[in-house]
Formats: sequence, structure tokens, C-alpha cells
Amino acid sequence: MALNSKIPAGPLDSKWKNYKATCKLVNPANKRSLEVIVVGTGLAGASAAASLGEMGYKVKAFCFQDSPRRAHSIAAQGGINAAKNYQNDGDSTYRLFYDTIKGGDYRAREGNVHRLAEVSANIIDQCVAQGVPFAREYGGLLSNRSFGGTQVQRTFYAAGQTGQQLLIGAYQGLERQVAAGTVQMYSRHEMLEVVTIDGKARGIIARNLVTGELERHFGHAVLLCTGGYGNVFYLSTNAMGSNVTAAWKAHRKGAFFGNPCFTQIHPTCIPVTGDHQSKLTLMSESLRNDGRIWVPKAKGDNRKPTDIPEEERDYYLERRYPAFGNLVPRDVASRAAKERCDAGYGVGSSKMAVYLDFASAIERYGKVESNKQGKPNASKAEIIAMGKDVVKEKYGNLFDMYAKITGENPYEVPMRIYPAVHYTMGGLWVDYELMTTVPGLYALGEANFSDHGANRLGASALMQGLADGYFVIPYTIGNYLADDIRTKSIPTDHPAFVAAEKEVSERINRLMNIKGKQSVESFHKRLGKIMWDKCGMGRNEKGLKEAIEEIKALRKEFYADVRIPGEIIGFNPELDKAGRVADFLELGELMCIDALHRNESCGGHFREEYQEEDGEARRQDDKYMYVASWEFKGDSQYELHKESLDYEVVHPSTRSYK
Amino acid sequence: MQHYTMNLTLKVWRQKNSKSQGAFETFQVKDISSEMSFLEMIDVLNEQLVSEGKEPIAFDHDCREGICGMCSMYINGRAHGPWHETTTCQLHMREYKNGDTIVIEPWRASAFPVIKDLAVDRTAFDRIIAAGGYISVNTGNAVDANCLPVEKQQADDAFAAATCIGCGACVAACPNASAMLFVSAKVSHLALLPQGEPERKKRVVNMISQMDTEGFGSCTNIGACEAECPKGISLENIARLNREYIGSMLSGSATGV
Amino acid sequence: MNWKLYFSTSVGKKIQMALTGLFLIVFLIVHCYVNAQIFYNDNGVRFTEAAHFMGTNFLIRATEIGLFGFLILHIVQGLSLYFANNSKRPSRYAVSAGNATSKWYSRSMALLGTLILLFLVMHLYKFWAPNRWSQLSTGHELDLYAAMREEFQIMWVVGVYLFGCFSLAWHLVHGFYSAFQTLGLGMHRYKGMIKAVGVGFSIIVPLIFAAMPIAFHFHIIN
Repeated sequence: MALNSKIPAGPLDSKWKNYKATCKLVNPANKRSLEVIVVGTGLAGASAAASLGEMGYKVKAFCFQDSPRRAHSIAAQGGINAAKNYQNDGDSTYRLFYDTIKGGDYRAREGNVHRLAEVSANIIDQCVAQGVPFAREYGGLLSNRSFGGTQVQRTFYAAGQTGQQLLIGAYQGLERQVAAGTVQMYSRHEMLEVVTIDGKARGIIARNLVTGELERHFGHAVLLCTGGYGNVFYLSTNAMGSNVTAAWKAHRKGAFFGNPCFTQIHPTCIPVTGDHQSKLTLMSESLRNDGRIWVPKAKGDNRKPTDIPEEERDYYLERRYPAFGNLVPRDVASRAAKERCDAGYGVGSSKMAVYLDFASAIERYGKVESNKQGKPNASKAEIIAMGKDVVKEKYGNLFDMYAKITGENPYEVPMRIYPAVHYTMGGLWVDYELMTTVPGLYALGEANFSDHGANRLGASALMQGLADGYFVIPYTIGNYLADDIRTKSIPTDHPAFVAAEKEVSERINRLMNIKGKQSVESFHKRLGKIMWDKCGMGRNEKGLKEAIEEIKALRKEFYADVRIPGEIIGFNPELDKAGRVADFLELGELMCIDALHRNESCGGHFREEYQEEDGEARRQDDKYMYVASWEFKGDSQYELHKESLDYEVVHPSTRSYK
Repeated sequence: MQHYTMNLTLKVWRQKNSKSQGAFETFQVKDISSEMSFLEMIDVLNEQLVSEGKEPIAFDHDCREGICGMCSMYINGRAHGPWHETTTCQLHMREYKNGDTIVIEPWRASAFPVIKDLAVDRTAFDRIIAAGGYISVNTGNAVDANCLPVEKQQADDAFAAATCIGCGACVAACPNASAMLFVSAKVSHLALLPQGEPERKKRVVNMISQMDTEGFGSCTNIGACEAECPKGISLENIARLNREYIGSMLSGSATGV
Repeated sequence: MNWKLYFSTSVGKKIQMALTGLFLIVFLIVHCYVNAQIFYNDNGVRFTEAAHFMGTNFLIRATEIGLFGFLILHIVQGLSLYFANNSKRPSRYAVSAGNATSKWYSRSMALLGTLILLFLVMHLYKFWAPNRWSQLSTGHELDLYAAMREEFQIMWVVGVYLFGCFSLAWHLVHGFYSAFQTLGLGMHRYKGMIKAVGVGFSIIVPLIFAAMPIAFHFHIIN
């Protein structure tokens, strides 16, 4: 099957305009009889469900959480990018487009990314109109800050919880449609199968997580807005419930999986403390605006950080990347931290951490503040106190979070940080219209293989989720549904629904009947360790080959020895988790297969065999300038389809932040 | 920071479903690290229960970084435990010492029926939002974001109100099981912004009516909600809600209910 | 939405409590002022004069009907809210937060109110009711000053009065602030002031009331 990305013809900056001007439309009366299923209620799902509801479609929205407002988009901290150029610093749609393509190490589609940059400004307008309380200046206008990998200030933010504020905006819009009756909300429901009829997605099988019952739901189209799969690593910044199940079921039903190995490891997370650890907590990238990252110059230096004098510290990011310093993109910063720790310079009890130090920022801000307050002769202690106040205002909530988790005061001692899995650029392959290879089945937001190429820039995930949900899918879905207006809603006693439900039911029964000895959690932990060690920040052929075998063996063991207590009927979180881990055990293998086949280093994918002498990544544009799209052909069997990436406007070059 | 391990006695509320009677069950957990979070300690207990072939404790949790609002435990008489402005997931075990007994209960309110053990149904909150906790703006209708300047203080106050995570600790802590702090946070957030102006008279009345319909108690200004709110939502918001309500009452221009 | 509906939501009922409460606070000021005339220690001359005015002035008498109406509304609404709120948590907590998150008197308004009500029944039975009955049946007022002097010689009566004042004080500490909060004035800008005035009021007014039985009992005034 040849992949058709359906990028509209014409010059880059008029592709989307032309598409919108020529795509098919559905008239209001017909919309009322067209049903759309939206799975997941994060930024992409909630915004899509709300927008489609407003347009008049009959929408059913599903989430596994107890409320749509809890989807993990809520945890995004730093901000959302938009090419508004409110700062008059030279930003434009083109620059946002270019930064995103470059940041993604030239592994994203130009057409998609340009569209993303075009609609970015509308997103901010929409959110402000909904009442999203973005940070403002004293003049009452919106404030911006800068983020990694860019040289302009285009990031809009709401303190350290931009994701929450944006999601609540979308959630409120969604609840408004629930009240209006255009959206029916199913919370505590998990999608467990896509139902296809005549090759088209026509509904889902969902499990009511409270009663344990399986339900059949029909839709003329199905939208998967189910987020990323970072939890395959067990430890990640994802929420405990974040999973790949919906996307994986779609994959097994014919949707190709794009670039599964592209994983983003975020450089600034609170390090692991022990085996008990259940998740990792991110410290916003915005901290790198002011914090300086360092390790001791001497190996195994066990002195307290404050006792190590300036000349014995190695500010390795500033040393290696003088142009961008501490603000290099995430993949670069993460690898540099790993390199130092692997070389034996790590700090803390585990030696797998580096310092993020605010001492010089505190002093710098303190001096500015003392001048502002007309106290040029303030003592050092006064300056430090004033500086702490400034830092508190900027990053107070993040510092508090660090203090709660570690019990240490980050105003006094440098924070210890280490990279952690944060985001997955890979996902279901979609065309320009966000449709997967299964007609009528769409993937939005982090769930699709997305616009971020091999590495996502900070503050771009929120932008993409909302772009897909608010401004892309309302047009592209019409183009598909316009041909479906004569399709009556299909009763759910159709044989395809019956068969799909039977399949799901058998899967659940199989899991419950294993009655082994080991907990679901223990399998998840072991899978996570394999993935982190062999398909994490650094990957090599040998490790990946081992990992594939280890995962296969682990999967076999899982199906022979997992113990799931409780019953199928009723609320049983262990069973929910078992289904998700079962899917991770398949996905993990595919990720390793993909990582193994991609003999180059690009973005978040770092193959140790492919690096320059100074440790920088070496891309192989002549061989791998394509989207690796995998087709499921049966257990452990995947067929690769390549969608080549043709750059018409941007000229790929070696990414340098030096 | 000195790390240590501890053995604890846990008295946990077990309840099969919303219809059955619940009761406390006592467990012992050993070698809990002071570096663990409270929920990681519960994970240890659950692993122990699974290995003994028993059903683990059902509880709600998701992000484990204090923002999603899903975790909800009433710990030794305190919603989200003893730490100030902290969710259950951010409470850490260095709070406890060897030999401590911890009593863990679900949020208790008739508007929050127990689903199982410590997990409760908070969909009432969603219905309150659906009753008016939004600004009616269809996608694509918006004007340029900087068209309407908002005084910084107003914007900051709106943000402070909007930080509510909808966890329900206010209801759990309120002796009347009132949802007033939750409702007031949303009413305040939207009333403070010019974008929320056109619907403000209707919004407050409809949200309050829905709160009553859901079976929450009424506010008697006790203030336990503010003391327990993990996001520090202030009682000032309740005062603002009252003002909004009186304003709506005096002008009489609200429709609905 | 009409007035009735506005007043029947939970916030509407709370506004009823606040408005009636504030009216009762105003009443307390007047009552306190009139009774404090005894401290002139003039054998009740000024007090009797003031009491006569209060007992015979048409406007005051008309307001008195309103007073009883509001009092009854405050009591009925207060108790019905208490029982309604109590039913919202059918399954109680095994461990309660106690005073860690709120003040005991804020949680005990119904109890304190009920104690005040019991005191009030006795108070009305001893002074107000016989006086009004006398006015109705004979057209003459009773000598309330003498009645006070007599009643407050009895130890347990003094005790009950002091207890009534004590309950009133704590009821007011919460009630005064709470009324303003309900009327929307609980912003940071005013909160401190309102709380301070409220606490002052809750101490001074009950203290003056409490001083009366004590003064009579110990013959500080004659």
C-alpha cells in the first residue's frame, strides 16, 4: 500500500488556504444526523469534541478518567507557542514553521508544520475569548517568554500551569456542548477496539470502568485523541493512566504506526530516588531561562554543591554550546546530561543527576532589583533576599513542587535534575487531513505521529493539540463525511460490532484466566527497564536486538504468569492496567524494531554508532529522510512503508546550537 | 535530608460499591522509605495485597504531580493529608515516623457516592460546569487576543481562581459538604474577565441551582474548604460569588431556572 | 427568575440568614443601649423612661412585630439549614479534622443558636411577656427595673443569663463576619476590618449584657 499524505498542491503558504476553500462541506441539517466518536478529552479531544458539537455533529466523547478535565494535557507547565509577533522581535508564521522543522531535525512534513504555524495565532485568540487567564503585562496585554530552540519570545503562558488553563478552557467548551445536548460524555470509559465495516471505521467497543460492562458505540467517524505512549518506559512524566491502548488497537486494525521510536527525553526532571518510584516529575523548561546546569569538574566529588568553588564546576552546556548555552533543545540537553553522568561526574546519592543552579540568577535579579528600589549599596545578603523574591515570583510554584518532593530548599541548594521520558513524537500515521490509513479513523494531538519530526520544541505540544482539535479537524472531517450523508447510523447489533465485542471479551477473559503469580505492575517495571536501558536516550544495534528478544520473552511470561485480582464485573483498576501493559508489551517491541532500522541519529533518536567525534548526532539524510510507517501484519510482524519527506522550502542542514 | 524507613499500620476504608456498606480494614506495611510519596506507599500495600491474592485498594490517581485533581484521600481526618496546599499525591512519607497509624477514608458526601473503596464519583462537578461554567464562544468566533486589555490585577485574580483543580477537597472538608468554594472559583474566574461579562448574571444563578440539585450542602462560611484547598483558593471567591448572586438578584435580568 | 426563587437557593437562604442576622445585631445595639441606662444607678429612672418609650412608641411596637418575624425566620431557616446540611454527609468520618481547619464556634452555630433560643424563651417569659400582658390587660406597664432587681438575686437565674451571654458572644464572633461575607464584603480589603469590628462587637455587647445581672446580684447598683 502506497502512502498518500494528501498534501495539497501549490505554494507552501497557500496550501491550507486552498484546502479550506475547496474541501467538501456538510450542510447543517445533515450534520445533525452524522455521529462522531471522540476518544480522549485532552487538548486535542476536548477541543475537537466541543468544536464538532458546536457545528452540529452528534458527538460522543470518551475518557478513562473520572472527568474530561483530568486528561494529562493538564500537566503541561511552560506555555504555548504562537506566531503573534506581539513582542515585535521578528517572529512570523514562517519563523515558527522553520524553527519547528529545524527543531524536529528535518523529519516532519513541511505542509503540516506550516499549517500548524498558520493557525497558531487563532488558537491564542480562541483561548483568550474562552477566558483562559494568560499572563499579562501591566498594560493589560498578553505577556510572552522564550523557550528552548528559538530566538524569539513567542510563548504564551499562565504561570507554570498553562496546560491546565488551556484544558479547562476546552473542557468548559465541551461541557457547554454537553449541556446543549450535542455532545454525550462518557467518563470512566476505555476504548478497547475499533469497529470497522467495509473497511471504514464505524464505531468502537468501550468498557465502562465502573461496571466492567462492554458497550458498543456507532460513529460515522472515530477520532483518537488519546495522547502519547511514554509510559511504555514505566517511569515517565506521563500520568499513571496514560496509555497506548486505543492507538494500539487501531494499529492492529490497520492503522499504520509512524516513527514509533521517536521519543522525547526531557532534560529537567526530578531524579529517581529508588525502586519505589512510580513516576517522574518534570521541572519546566522555562527554568533553563535562568538556571545554570553544572556538574563538578572532579569525578566522584562528594562535597556539598555549595562547598564546590566556581572554578571547580563544569557548566557543560555553556562550555559545549556557547551560542544557545543552557537553552539548547531538549534532546541535546538530555544527551549532554547523560554523557556527564555516564562519565562518572553525576551528583546526588544515585550519581545520576546534575545540578540546576539558581544562585547566579538570584544574585543577578537581586542586583537589578536593588537598583530598581534605589538601594545601590545594598549588602550581599539584601541582594540575595531581593533576588529570591524575584525568582519566587517567576518560578515559585515549581520551586515549591521540588521542595515537596525532595524535602530540599531549592532557593538554598541547587536542584538535582536528570532527563526523563516526556513525550512521544511518534504515533499513528496520519495524512494531511489527520486521517489514519483506516478511512474514517482519525488521530489528533500527541496520538498521531505529528508535526514534530524527531524532536519537539518546548511549548509546541499544546499548540499542536489545539490546532488539530479547533482548527484542522472541523474542516477535514467534513471533507470525509460529505460523502457519508446517506449512510444511516448502523445499529450496534451489526455482525461487525458483535464480533469486535466478542474479541474484546475474549481478550479480557484470557487475561483474567491466567491467574499467575506476578503483579501487572512488576511486568510494567521490567518492560520499562528494558526500554530505558536499551531504547532510551542512547541506542545501539546490539542493545536493540537484545531488547526485542527480552520483550518477546517478557510478553510470553506475562501471558503465563500475570495475576489480576478481582473480577471482570465491577470497578477493577488492576484489570484496566493489565490491558494497557499488554499493549505496551507489543508496542515496546515495535519501538525497538523502528529504532534498529533507523541507522542514523536524529532528534530524540540517538544511535550511538552514528555520532560525530564530539558526540553530536549524525543524520543520514540520503537514506532516512522519510517517515517510517509500520503496518501490523500479525504478532511481532510489521511491514515498513516509507513516506519520503520532500523539502521544498527549507534546506535541511546539520542542526547546530554551538 | 536524612532518609529512613518505617513500619506503619493503615486503617483503610473498604467498600465494594456504592450500594454496599463499607468498613475499615487494618493492614501493616513494612520498610516504607521516607522518600516515597503517600501514593507510592499505597502502591507498596497494593503489591503486597496482590501477592497475597487479595484485591488491592481501589483509589483514584493519575498525574501524581498535584495538578489533575484525581487523587482524593481523607487522611487522619484531613482532606489530602496534613500538608498545606498539597494534594494526596504530593504528600510524602517523611511526614510519618515508624509505628504510626494512618486512617484513610474516601471523600464523604452524598453528592460524591463511593464507587469502590477510596474512589468516589465526582461527576456532579462536571454537571455544575455544564450549567454555566463557561463562556459561550464558538470556535473561530474570537477577535484578536490583544483587542481587549485586562487589568493585570484582575487577570491575576482570575488566574488564581482558575487554578482550582476540581479535586473536591473543599466538599470533603466542609462540615456541610458544600461545593461553594468550587463553584465560587469558577464564577470568579469568569466574572473577573471582560470576556465573561455577557453571561455573568445567568451563570452564577444556574451554577448555584445546579449545585443545590446535585445535593451539596450550603455554605455557612466555616472556612474549612479554604484551609484544605490544595491550590489555595481563597474564601474571597465565595464573597465574590455572593456579590455576583446579589447583583443578579437585584437586576433580575438572569434567565434560567 | 423571581424573588422567591432567588431566595430559595442555598445562597438565597444564606442571604436570608445574613439579613435577619444583621437586623438582630441592630436590635442588640438598641436593646443594649436601653438596658444600659440602669448603670446610671438612679434607681431605674432613666431606664424606666427609656423602657416606657420602647414599650409604647407606635413605630417601635410595629418594628417589634418585624423583629419577631425576622427572629423566627432566622431560627427556622437556621435550623432547617442545619438539618439539611447534616443530611449531606450520611456516612460520617471516623477521624475528623477538629480545630485544625476551622473554628469550633463556626461549626457550632446551630448549637449556640439553640442555646440562645432556650435562654431567650426564659428571658421573654420573665420580662417581656408579663409586661406586654399587663399592658394589654390593664393598660399599665410593669416596673421592669424592680423585676430585674428581684430576679437577679436568684443565683441560677444569673447563671443562666451569663451562659446566654456566653453563647451569644460566640454566636456573634462567627455570625457578624459571616453576615458580611454572605453579602459579598469578604474581600481582603475589608475582611480584616470586618473581623476586628465583629470580634469587638461580640465581646463588648455580651459583656454589657452580662454586667447587668452581675451588678444587680452583687448590689453594685440598687
